[in-house]
Amino acid sequence: MFRFILRRLLSGIVLLLLISTIAFSLLYIGGGDIARRILGQMATPETVAQKSEQLGLNRPLYEQYFDWLSGAVRGDLGSSWFTGQLVTEGITSRLAVTLSIVIGAIILIAVVAVALGVWAAIRGGWADKVVQAVSILGFAIPGFLIALGLVTLFALNLKWFKPTGYTAFADSPTGWAASVTLPIIALAIGGIAGVAQQVRGSVVDALRQDYVRTLRSRGLSFNRVVFKHVLRNAGGPALAVLAVQFVGLLGGAVIVEQIFAIPGLGQVSVQATTQGDIPMVMGLVVATAAIVVIVNLLIDLLQGWLNPKVRLS
Amino acid sequence: MIDLTPTVMAPALPRAARRSLFSRLLRNPVGLATMLFLTLLVLSAIFAPLLAPHDPNSSSIQDVLGGPADGHPLGFDSSGRDVFSRLIFAGRFSLAGAALALLIALVIGVTGGLIAGYYGKWFDSVSSWLTGLLMALPGIVVLLAARSVLGPSMWLSMMIFGVLLSPAFFRLVYASVTAVRNELYVDAARVAGLGDTRIIGKHILTVVRAPVIIQSAMVLGIAIAIQAGLDFLGLGDQSIPTWGTMLNDGFRQIYKEPLLILWPSVVIALTCVALTLLANTMRDLLERSGKAKARRRPPLRPADVNKTAAVFHAEDLSSSGRTGEVLLDVRDLAIGYDQPDGTVKTVVHDVSLTVRRGEVHGLIGESGSGKTQTAWSILRLLPDGGRVTGGAIFFEGKDLALASEKEMTKIRGKKIAYIPQEPMSNLDSAFTIGSQLVEPMRVCLGISKKEATQRALKLLARVGIPNPERTFAAYPHEVSGGMAQRVLIAGAVSCDPDLLIADEPTTALDVTVQAEVLDLLRELQSELNMGVVLVTHNFGVVADLCDRVSVMRDGRVIETGPVRAIFTQAKHPYTQSLLAAILEDGEARGDLDEGNSGRAAAAALATPSISDTIGAQS
Repeated sequence: MFRFILRRLLSGIVLLLLISTIAFSLLYIGGGDIARRILGQMATPETVAQKSEQLGLNRPLYEQYFDWLSGAVRGDLGSSWFTGQLVTEGITSRLAVTLSIVIGAIILIAVVAVALGVWAAIRGGWADKVVQAVSILGFAIPGFLIALGLVTLFALNLKWFKPTGYTAFADSPTGWAASVTLPIIALAIGGIAGVAQQVRGSVVDALRQDYVRTLRSRGLSFNRVVFKHVLRNAGGPALAVLAVQFVGLLGGAVIVEQIFAIPGLGQVSVQATTQGDIPMVMGLVVATAAIVVIVNLLIDLLQGWLNPKVRLS
Repeated sequence: MIDLTPTVMAPALPRAARRSLFSRLLRNPVGLATMLFLTLLVLSAIFAPLLAPHDPNSSSIQDVLGGPADGHPLGFDSSGRDVFSRLIFAGRFSLAGAALALLIALVIGVTGGLIAGYYGKWFDSVSSWLTGLLMALPGIVVLLAARSVLGPSMWLSMMIFGVLLSPAFFRLVYASVTAVRNELYVDAARVAGLGDTRIIGKHILTVVRAPVIIQSAMVLGIAIAIQAGLDFLGLGDQSIPTWGTMLNDGFRQIYKEPLLILWPSVVIALTCVALTLLANTMRDLLERSGKAKARRRPPLRPADVNKTAAVFHAEDLSSSGRTGEVLLDVRDLAIGYDQPDGTVKTVVHDVSLTVRRGEVHGLIGESGSGKTQTAWSILRLLPDGGRVTGGAIFFEGKDLALASEKEMTKIRGKKIAYIPQEPMSNLDSAFTIGSQLVEPMRVCLGISKKEATQRALKLLARVGIPNPERTFAAYPHEVSGGMAQRVLIAGAVSCDPDLLIADEPTTALDVTVQAEVLDLLRELQSELNMGVVLVTHNFGVVADLCDRVSVMRDGRVIETGPVRAIFTQAKHPYTQSLLAAILEDGEARGDLDEGNSGRAAAAALATPSISDTIGAQS
């Protein structure tokens, strides 16, 4: 088990290094053009050169990257070209907001999708057809359209929620809950559709396994076999889909945060992108990749716990 | 079990089948509707300049946010531009952008998959790393990063997104190609002198074509969604109309003019749903044709044996002394499976058999003769769609065919137990062997975990497992097949059943282990004085263990009687041919006449198996 964790951890670190190398080279390859873009077309060549030197952009790319990397391992990702704010600070101050809606959405997805998937797999017939149809719709309609629909219906027309804005949990737990409810639902619907399909499929598969018959032949009731054995076996594939969904949710959060005016990573990303704030963009890319790597590691561990056979591979 | 994965079909789909897929798509209501909608959408995009009543970019200040007017059916946007015209022109750019992403993804994914799948093994690990790399970041984050360097160009964004989407095709093609690469017909083509390019073109592309078309529809939908998302964020090129920029404009005006956001939303949603539905319908149609093919595999042959032709042998009085009261009395049992078209297909007809306490009743026949179905029906554990459609299963005076599921749960394990055929697949790989023994004992016998553990360890020792503690703590994949079968036997007898259903308990084992497991079964049977229904296709096993035997064929019992009578005076020509097949060497007969029961024949028959002549397992 220990070697299993170590191997996953190492490959995660290698993946992060690779991503940071590629992202850095692509973002900084412009060299002198970057300074020109910041200063605008009217700037003189002298001021552009000056700016380049000030930002260290005139040095060889690999030198800049090693500087960045040696800072990164110490937790220093540089500072924004426009506000001077430390990149790490800009990210960590927004991280909790984004993570709270993404994690909320993941939990909602897991609970609803498992319930729907198991129900469809066991009941079959019309229940199955309904879940399948809803899944197709939920998968097909882009998440931000669902978010727009939710805002229009529940915030603008029914006035159950405030349409925009975010209340910190520390300020008011109930206010926080009210401000994240719609974003979480908007984010979760697409994921529910995908995961419910997967849960349904893997429960149907697991139910066909020989050991289900054998366990029932020993006097265990159908429900007991389903909830103890079938669910655990179906959990593996479902978790794998959940991991993929998580990456999608991080992306979806960018748009959903914009719609609900939530001050999370998405807002910083959009702002940094429009400004061309490269250090901030670089920091965001690496932070996102790091979150994904960590979540994948957690999912792998959970997989290993669910099914010991996984630890071998 | 044969698992047809219909979307990646191994044999090449013939040209005719593809053409019929398209025409079947048009005959399917959902397929027709989505195709029609998408065709109209594409046509309107192509002929936008003819269809749109106004220039999509000409604005007039006095019309800002104006409602529907003459010649402007959907009114004006925040810059006073005609919404209807913009919607049509936006379709042009949005669809073209998505098509560009699809094209890039197809070119990279399909070529990469073909090359990797056809030529290289090293490609395998490289590509899985690349895929991991592309999967580690949400597409929109990559596009945002690219936008920060490259500026707001929709075409560039869509090309990058195409690269991000390419693994979807790469993996599909790669999997199909590696599956086909080693197929005999590809080898044959190579031997016949066809060049690699010809082979790829002729044999491999035909296999991946259908799945790639399905995937393309999905990918188009995703590309349209992400493109709209980017433009909605205001990161797109504001100079060209797209559905996303219209959404952005509508969202800004959501308080003043909520309808503005409705039109692009509806179009995007309809397009994405249509593409997904189209992909789903195509997949369904392909799966159905895959199933139709599967159904053409040899089905259970329709009963060509007349019911009255069954041969009954008289009781063998010399052996009846060692058997007790009747435990199981199956009468005229019929088993049927519900078919998709509402009919019921009967697979077992009029089967009758009795098992007394302490008696071993062999059920012998070739694959598909219905013997395993009969065994499962006694436990009422038939697969989905299967049920007892006629007759009765009397056990201790109660008809199990009519018992409720709750009653059956009480009977299973405690009264009737089951030993399966394949040891590994019958243990749950997620739980330790010990917990799979303890759990049923606690439920059936109502004993504590500690007691159950003690009992399980004793049972493991009893079935001949050398180190019970270690096996108890092990996971199924950590023990051998022979050990696993002993564990399953221990599990079956763990609650002292009266009747044991053993479904080919030795078929999946090595020959040397088979004999040991048979010995164990015989010992346990006499120790616990159980009645046993032993399903087998091996007359050697029948001779070794059984007191009574029923020969099954095509879902019917054709001959039944004491083992000795069957071996010496088989009447039915089919039984005779089965016996002839194993007794070709012919020296074993003498022993049988001396022995009192069939068991004596075991030594003489050594390990004769008729599997060669009548097919392996059922």
